[in-house]
Amino acid sequence: MSVIKPLPRWADLILLPFINLCTAFFVCGIVVYIIGENPWDALLVMLKGAFIYPGSLGYTLYYTTNFIFTGLAVATAFHAKLFNIGGEGQAYIGSLGVLLAAALFAQYLPSLLVIILCICCSALFGAAWAIIPGYLQAKRGSHIVITTIMFNFLASSLMVWLLSGILMEKGQQSPQSNLLPESIRLPKVQDAFEFLGVNISSSPMNLSFIVALIALLLFWILIWKTRLGYEIRAVGKNQDAATYAGINVSRIIIITMTISGAFAGLLAVNEVMGVQNRVILNYTAGYGFTGIAVALMGRNHPIGIFFASLLFGVLFQGGTELDFEFQSITRDMVLLIQGLIILFSGALAYMYNPTVSKIFSKIEKRSKKNG
Amino acid sequence: MADFFLQILWTLDATLRVATPLILCAMAGIFSERSGIVDISLEGKLLSGAFVAATIASLTGSAWLGLSGAIIASVLMSLLHGFACITHKGDQVVSGVAINFLASGITVILGIAIFKRGGQTPTLNLNERFRPIELWFTESINNIPIIGTIYRELISGHSLLVYLALICVPLASFILYRSRFGLRLRAVGEAPIAVDSAGVSVTWVRYRALIIGGIFCGIAGAYLSISHGAFFLREMSAGKGYIALAAVIFGNWRPVRAFVACLLFGFLDAVTSRLQGVDLPIIGEIPSALMIALPYILTILLLSGFIGRPTPPSAIGVPYKK
Repeated sequence: MSVIKPLPRWADLILLPFINLCTAFFVCGIVVYIIGENPWDALLVMLKGAFIYPGSLGYTLYYTTNFIFTGLAVATAFHAKLFNIGGEGQAYIGSLGVLLAAALFAQYLPSLLVIILCICCSALFGAAWAIIPGYLQAKRGSHIVITTIMFNFLASSLMVWLLSGILMEKGQQSPQSNLLPESIRLPKVQDAFEFLGVNISSSPMNLSFIVALIALLLFWILIWKTRLGYEIRAVGKNQDAATYAGINVSRIIIITMTISGAFAGLLAVNEVMGVQNRVILNYTAGYGFTGIAVALMGRNHPIGIFFASLLFGVLFQGGTELDFEFQSITRDMVLLIQGLIILFSGALAYMYNPTVSKIFSKIEKRSKKNG
Repeated sequence: MADFFLQILWTLDATLRVATPLILCAMAGIFSERSGIVDISLEGKLLSGAFVAATIASLTGSAWLGLSGAIIASVLMSLLHGFACITHKGDQVVSGVAINFLASGITVILGIAIFKRGGQTPTLNLNERFRPIELWFTESINNIPIIGTIYRELISGHSLLVYLALICVPLASFILYRSRFGLRLRAVGEAPIAVDSAGVSVTWVRYRALIIGGIFCGIAGAYLSISHGAFFLREMSAGKGYIALAAVIFGNWRPVRAFVACLLFGFLDAVTSRLQGVDLPIIGEIPSALMIALPYILTILLLSGFIGRPTPPSAIGVPYKK
């Protein structure tokens, strides 16, 4: 086997992910072509649906908000080399935190304070749901992938039970909770703009987008600027070395999972406090799983995660437009693209590495000859 | 009394029907995981198998062609998994998750493109499916009390694929523990470097393990859509692949024990649907959410060492690098 030369940093960070992404879209285009539609048209419809139609940008950014939260959840765990597939369940349980905080405090405290408490509680409940798999991995050696998958199913059963039982809205037949009090619903972006005297078209985008941006910043500070973040990365790189350096590995694993679950729980802020204003059965709708694709594409870096979330926002919002415009392409296309992106940016992330490396060294040789 | 006896038999009968796809997927999981490859993608293979089986059966009218198609589709998924995590040494969990997404997406997209029914395939008639088969002597021993009833209600009258699943368990056991290939497969999952130094290709053994797993999952998928059910529905696998994975762990990566775990999980499922809305003496009505969650709770307890200690293959999840 020949030794592969390491690529320059920009190629590793931008070129390879870009090629991987293009491959995913290329394969997707082939599928579109096979089922008898024009891939180029489909792409244009998606882009139009995501940016140009009135309100569409708001929808795109609303989805983006979701993916930032779940992407950060997966990325945090990835830094400690833990695979948290449980974002879906953690986000689902996070909504219980919002309901609880709303029920406890909404009548007594000023609404701003209650909103902050609700946000904290959603993170807290998400964290609580992640702490058990974290503990089991750290102390009892059960594999985090399996336990978090199991915890997704547990969360789903628990919520079915609660939402069709004690949490169900009185006099209703559908499994959903009561509406949140108006005082703690997050203002929509169009309302905020209206307040400033600017009219924009309505969309579900709300102020939790700001929360998401703050979360991105906090994530960056945590991972790269704090001692804890350093320890998390050390555990991710090499557990033995981390132990040798005096880091308590089990403690870091549990803390990492807690933070990861907290990010996932924040999904409830956008969905429950911002958009639905209540907890609906299966409100997480797979956003937790999409976080995996977002983290992989964004290379676990806040900037990468932001753009990956934006991309998925475009795909989800543009995907709904496909439903209207085409007979045979539906938003299920998004599932396929998601799978392809996880495949090419995740499992096959280094497939092109040798080829690209060869091309680079050829270019280098040529430039040496000429120079 | 006789009624109660029949109730139990019907529950056990339902157990077998529900457990069949679990058994097949669990055997697939065992082959893959014993060779050192984490197989989250059981779910996706099951789903794609179910889709292709129903599609081909509906287009050609032949259940056998449907089954073959399901196996081919599922094996192709396996090969993709292998390409990513054996050939390119990618992360096995990531690749598995990718395959599950691919399967969810592509089955619905193609389903809509072919049949234009929102992802569902047309309902298959009896000739396009694997029908229940009456085993030999059902008539003649029908009159023997108890045994006759058990034979008629529980043992006879399943589709061919159910019996196939039952045969797969001793078969898997035999391959794993009594054949040369099985020895190598287990060795690759424990210490690939030892197998490599003995001159056996780790890559090829792992690929074969995945292909065998693909065949099992394909049969399971066909069972879902053209034997147990009569059409394909989006997300029809509904987490069965993950339950099978739980059964693999529950059975400590051994075929017979995993088979028992599948029966247990199937039994829980069958009892749940039978007890829906029934008031039991003393305990009252059991919440079905709890029953549905029970396999997961049991698996978590087992994994955390509260009931026995699982011993996964040592080299699981680690790509082999020379």
